Order: sequence, then C-alpha cells, then structure tokens
Amino acid sequence: MDWIVPFILTVITASTPLLLAATGELITEKSGVLNLGVEGMMLIGAIAGFAITASTGSATLGIMAAALAGMATSLVFAFLTLTLMANQVATGLALTIFGVGISALVGSGFVGFAIDPLPALNIPVIRDIPVIGPILFGQDFLVYFSIFMVLASGWFLTRTRAGLILKAVGDSHDSAHAIGYNVIRIRYMATLFGGAMSGLGGAYLSLAYTPMWAENMTAGRGWIALALVVFATWRPGRLLGGAYMFGCISVLQLHAQSAGINVPSQFMSMLPYLATVVVLVIISSDYTKIRLNAPACIGKAFRPAQ
Amino acid sequence: MTAISGNTTGAVKQRTGSGPAQLEICGVTKAFPGCLANDNISFRIEPGEIHALLGENGAGKSTLVKMIYGVMQADAGELLWEGTPVTIASPHDAREMGIGLVFQHFSLFETMTVLENIALAMNDVRDMAVLRQQVIEVEKTYGLPLDPDRHVYTLSVGERQRIEIVRCLLQNPKLLILDEPTSVLTPQEVDKLFETLRRLSSEGCAILYISHKLHEVQALCEHATVLRGGKVVDTCDPRAETAKSMAEMMIGQKLVSPDRGVRPAPGDVRLSVKNLSLVSDQQFGTDLQDISFEVRGGQILGVAGVAGNGQNELFQALAGETEIHGAPDCIVIDKQPVAGFGPRRRRRLGAAFVPEERNGHGAVPNMSLAENGFLTAFRRMALSARGLIREVPTRSFAEGIIKTFDVRTTGHGAEAGSLSGGNLQKFIVGREIMQDPGVLVISQPTWGVDAGAASAIHQALLDLAAKGTAVLVISQDLDEIYAICDQVVVMAGGKMSAARNMADVTIDEIGLLMGGLHDLNGDLAPKQDGGQHDPA
Repeated sequence: MDWIVPFILTVITASTPLLLAATGELITEKSGVLNLGVEGMMLIGAIAGFAITASTGSATLGIMAAALAGMATSLVFAFLTLTLMANQVATGLALTIFGVGISALVGSGFVGFAIDPLPALNIPVIRDIPVIGPILFGQDFLVYFSIFMVLASGWFLTRTRAGLILKAVGDSHDSAHAIGYNVIRIRYMATLFGGAMSGLGGAYLSLAYTPMWAENMTAGRGWIALALVVFATWRPGRLLGGAYMFGCISVLQLHAQSAGINVPSQFMSMLPYLATVVVLVIISSDYTKIRLNAPACIGKAFRPAQ
Repeated sequence: MTAISGNTTGAVKQRTGSGPAQLEICGVTKAFPGCLANDNISFRIEPGEIHALLGENGAGKSTLVKMIYGVMQADAGELLWEGTPVTIASPHDAREMGIGLVFQHFSLFETMTVLENIALAMNDVRDMAVLRQQVIEVEKTYGLPLDPDRHVYTLSVGERQRIEIVRCLLQNPKLLILDEPTSVLTPQEVDKLFETLRRLSSEGCAILYISHKLHEVQALCEHATVLRGGKVVDTCDPRAETAKSMAEMMIGQKLVSPDRGVRPAPGDVRLSVKNLSLVSDQQFGTDLQDISFEVRGGQILGVAGVAGNGQNELFQALAGETEIHGAPDCIVIDKQPVAGFGPRRRRRLGAAFVPEERNGHGAVPNMSLAENGFLTAFRRMALSARGLIREVPTRSFAEGIIKTFDVRTTGHGAEAGSLSGGNLQKFIVGREIMQDPGVLVISQPTWGVDAGAASAIHQALLDLAAKGTAVLVISQDLDEIYAICDQVVVMAGGKMSAARNMADVTIDEIGLLMGGLHDLNGDLAPKQDGGQHDPA
C-alpha cells in the first residue's frame, strides 16, 4: 500500500492547474462569455511566472506576474469581443494560437533554466502524521488556493447578490440591461477573473508541477479545463470533483507503468482526452441539467439597443 | 410636495392647475439614425390618474417609455417629476424616484426563482428573508398569489407578469408604466389585473398604460394621448370614444374593419386531426392529449387558449416539425395521411404554415426578403430551376408580396431582421397566402401588430378562406377569433374542447374553457387561476 500516498500526491499536482483554470473559466462563462483562449492564457501565465521567478528568485512575484499576465491576455480578449463585438469563438481560438507563439518566443531564453519548486507549506509535527500529514499539510500555496477559490466561487454564485447579478447577465443580457445592470462591465470583470485564474493555472505547471519551462508545456490542459466546466454543468462543487477525476486519470499512466501493467504508453496518454469526449457525450444527454445551469447567453455578443 | 401625497383620484378629476403633475413630459425629442422616433412630445400624467398611451407600432411609444425609465436619454426637451426638472440617467435612478415598469417582453430570468428575480430588480440590497416577507405581504395585499421559490420557467405567462408587477409594487411606485400588459392574459386574468390597477390608482399611484386593445383602454383609462409618427396627434377621454374612433386616431385614416362577406358553404374536409397524442420533446412543454378536430375548405377554425397549453406542440405536429411515426392517419391533409411527413412533403401537398416567432422561425433575420420568400415558396412558385435560384421570379415574388400586403420596407433586398414586427409579419403571412395554399395553419397572426396591419391580415385570411382554403388560426386574442373565425376550439393543459360555432359561444365561456374548466355547468368558484397555492 505504499503507493497510495505518492499516488494521491501526484493526483493533487495534476489536478490543481485544471482546477485553477476551470474555476476562472466557469465564472467567465457564467457571465455569458465563452473564452476559448484558456490554453493560451495558461501558457502566457506559465512563462510569465517562470521568467519572473527565475530572474528575481521570488516565487511570490512570479505567481503575481502570472496572474497579471493572464489577466492582461484576457483583457485583449474582452476588448475584442465585448467592446468591438468580435466573434467570441474565433477570438478565443486566436488567443490560444497567440499564447502558444508568444510564450515560445519569450521562453526561448529560459529553456534549460532550473528553479526551486514552489515551497510546500511545511508545518512541523503535523506534517509528519502518516498519510494525512503529507496530503493535507504538505502542499504548496497554489493547491490550497485552488480549492479555496472553487469553494469561494460556489459561495459567490449561490449566496451573494453580486453572484446573482453575474448569473442574471449570463442568463439573459437583454433582461439584465433592461433592469439597469451594466452588462459589458460585469462581463469584463468576469473575463479578467478568468484570465487571472488561467494564468495561475499555467504558473502552477511551470513553478510547481515541473519547475522548468518547455514550449507548449500545458499540453492541452486548457482544453480539458474548458471541457471540465461543461462536465460540471457550471457548478463549482462538481468542478472540484471533475478536476480531481481528470487529474487521477492523467496520472494513471505513470503509475500503471511503474506497476508494470503492460498497456502501450500512448494509449495511457490518450486517456484524459478520451475521457473528456466520453464525459461530454454523457453530459449532453441530460438536457434538464444543462438547461438549468448553463448560461443561456453564452457566446452571444451583447449590443445595447440604442 | 406634501400636496401630492394627499392627492387621490377624486382630486385628479379637476386636473389642470391643481398642483404639479406626477410626471410632465415637455417637448421630448429623440432621433435615431434615419428616423425621428419622438418629435417634441408633451403631455402630463396626474397623480392617481390612469393614462393611456396609444399608437401603432413604430409610433414612438417604446422609445418614450425607455426615456422615462432611464434606459436612454432624450436629445431635447425635459421631464418634470412632481414639478421639478429631472435627469433620469438609468433605470436605477428611475426606480429610486418611484417609477416602476412592467415590460412588454418580460425581463425575467428563466432559470432563477421568483424571489431571485425580484431581488435583481430591487435597488437596495436587503436580507433575502426580509425580502421574502415583503413579497408575501404585497402578494396578500393585492391578491397576486406567487410562490417565491418556484423557478420562472415553470410559471404560466400570467404568473410571470405577476412577478413583474410585484417587483414594481415593492418599491412603492408613484408612477407605474405597463407596456402591453394584457396581450398574454385570459379575460379573467385581465379583470384581475384591472382590479389591482384601479386599487393602485385610488391609492394615488399614477399609471401609464400602453395597449393595442382599445376596449380595455376604454374600460380602464381616464385620459389618452395618441402618438403617430413620433408626434402627439390627439388626446381624448377614452370613455367618450369608441374603439373604432381611437383606432382611427392612431392610424390617421378610416379603419376598414374586416369584411366577412358572404361566407361560403363549408366544402370537403381538408385538414383533419384524429386522436393525436404527443409527448412534448421540450423539457417544459405540454403533452398533447387525444386531440381531434377537422377544418373544411372555406372554413376558419380558431384555436383559443393561453400560451403554453400545447399550442406550440400542436403547431409543430401540424407543420411537420415534429413527425409522428406509427399513426399516419392522425393528421390528414386533403385525404392524404401525413403524420409521418416532414414540413416539405406537407407543403408539397398544398399546406402552408406561419409560426408564431417571426424572426428565427418564420424568417431568417439576416437574409433578404427575396431570399426569405424563396425559402418556402421555391417549389410552388417555381423559383428554382435545376438547383439554381431563378433570380428574377424570386425578386418579383417578393416585390409582389410587398405590394399586395403593404409591407413598409426599402425593397426585396432589405434584411428580414430590419423590418418592424408588424411589417415582417405582413410579409410572412403574405408569402404563404400568395402561394395559394389548400390548408393554412397560422399561429398568433397579429401578435404585436397594430390595428391597421392586423385588419389587413384578417382581411387576407378571410379572402383566402373564401377561395376554398381551410384555415386554422391559433390565437390568444379572443377579439381576433371573434373577428374572423367560423368555429372555435379551446386548448387547455394539452387537451382540446369540442368545436363550437362562434355564434353559440360567449366570451366568458371561452375564458372559462381557457382556464381548463371543461365542465361549463360546474362550480365557477375556483376560476382559472393556476397559482391558487398560498405562498405563506
């Protein structure tokens, strides 16, 4: 049974970037904005976080830089789609391609650099409790932050007036506008939040998961985060479960190999993506859940009637 | 200011000079690119007065309401609130001042609860528990039953409107604006709404009432201002006018009421439905239960009922949008069982269909009128040859519709979405009628269409029937059914009543059937109201 603790630890590290990015995207989508640029924003966050940490030696600055870089990228997206009313799908795809390119360009000078991984929150004594200690008390800041944020998002959406307004804007922007809410401003804020969280998701990869920079290191995690939001039918509680389930599937390959299970590694690497497709099909069959939780105005440009 | 709060309807009767108006509109002007929506509009609304604002589509009523409610700003002119000039910068400001608006197209959020919907339109953040208490109190005081925890999508249209009214009442409005409030209500629901409004008025709340239904304006309002082409063209006391005379003020010319002419003797059965049952594929739809009726050539059959009682499902089954397999005989068009056919095969048999929503269902908003005409008519009007579009006949077909049905537009190249609702409706109805169908199924033919256009559409339907077409009209508007139909059936809860001749049935009986009371001899006490449950 000694494999259990390392297994759970790797699941946590594999799930955290997904959870961070998906939480941000969930809030963005709840306001009615579909930002398909998550992958690009994660990459930009990853390189920003890595570059700042490597040059200043401060992981704190790196994390802040990642969030700001993600936010700045999403600001471009918001300006194009919300102010200039460009098509959200096309702009989101462009943002991903842009993110891949610019992160590779900036990152070319940082390939091969090594930094210390994000320090774990090591509380003496408690940390030494077997099993629970390392799992619950031996993680780094971003792991706790990701779980805090998804729970806080759930609380925000169901318990606060601001959350209610956010959902209202996503549900019917015309109605929200008619009763006097500033649809565009609310969507800007939701989009920027999504960008910051995606940036953090990327930073987790380059600062904690594998403390180094490699081109295109997100390897499709941004797309999985997008799928996770649908999988969770836009509910933060299910998002938490979903992110950990995908994390679990994606580390299976490593553990299957070390356990000597003879499955081609290519097949195991396929698993998370295969699971995404299967889960999306299953979710789509339950129309009620989607209807009740999906923001009805998602992806639609809002033009105030004047 | 103190004099105003004491004002009641009694004081309002001598309206001029006795203190500032609740709202005075002075020379308000608003221009949009290419059109002057409001041109120097002035009138006043006294405290406690029920004031009607009349006008055709596009007369500028909605623009004016939007400026009063702070959604947009006037280019020139000013608003005086209780005698003081004010700038209403946003709906938030308007609510703060005491202006409430019940929207024509409900401004509700379907997947949220009643309470959440109310909370969203309140200015001050309150404790939800306190708000709930207030909601229940207002509901009790004004007799507007609503369960605060129901989701909006589960509610009937009448109940939805109650949410809008309750949320206005919670802010203790001094001016309540209602934009076409009764277009979706049963006659009994309308009576109930009027009771509430009269009570509000007696408490000193001014009411600005916008409606196409002129007999309602007569029953409710003390003053009316008539707009045409963005200008005030007339004012009147509706109680001293007739519906016809007010309609003529609105359109600025003589109103020709539909001429029923000599109705032809009914011909053969052209559309028959027998024991049609259908489980709705929509999550919140209504299942059809054992529906049977028939329409003969030359006959117009009206399907009355409150929206959401299975009319959409019936329309889709008739139009072939929902195909029914296994029982081909349950829908027969001209002796041909068609229940398993899609819309195109049914159209080939000479049937035509006009759905309720114009944009997106009846027409493609981003395509030109000529292209929209082509889409349903290409076969019957031979607008296509060898897979290619025949440009000239397609254009002249569209031009023909525009001319015959007086569609006001720049021409066949105009995008369907750029037309006003009434004009697009005339085009769509015209497109189907010009194809000379043997069977026409038409849903809400004149919803949101002004008196002049409505009368033209009614006349066209009567003329079509006179040529031997079987016409089925699905409508919530009983006036319309009375104006053109020979027989009426009523839908309630997915079931259909037996056909009755229009001459033998009163409006009250139809109202009760609409509420789901099929047994007319039964006790009338529990009305039609689906929301009888006590929220407390």
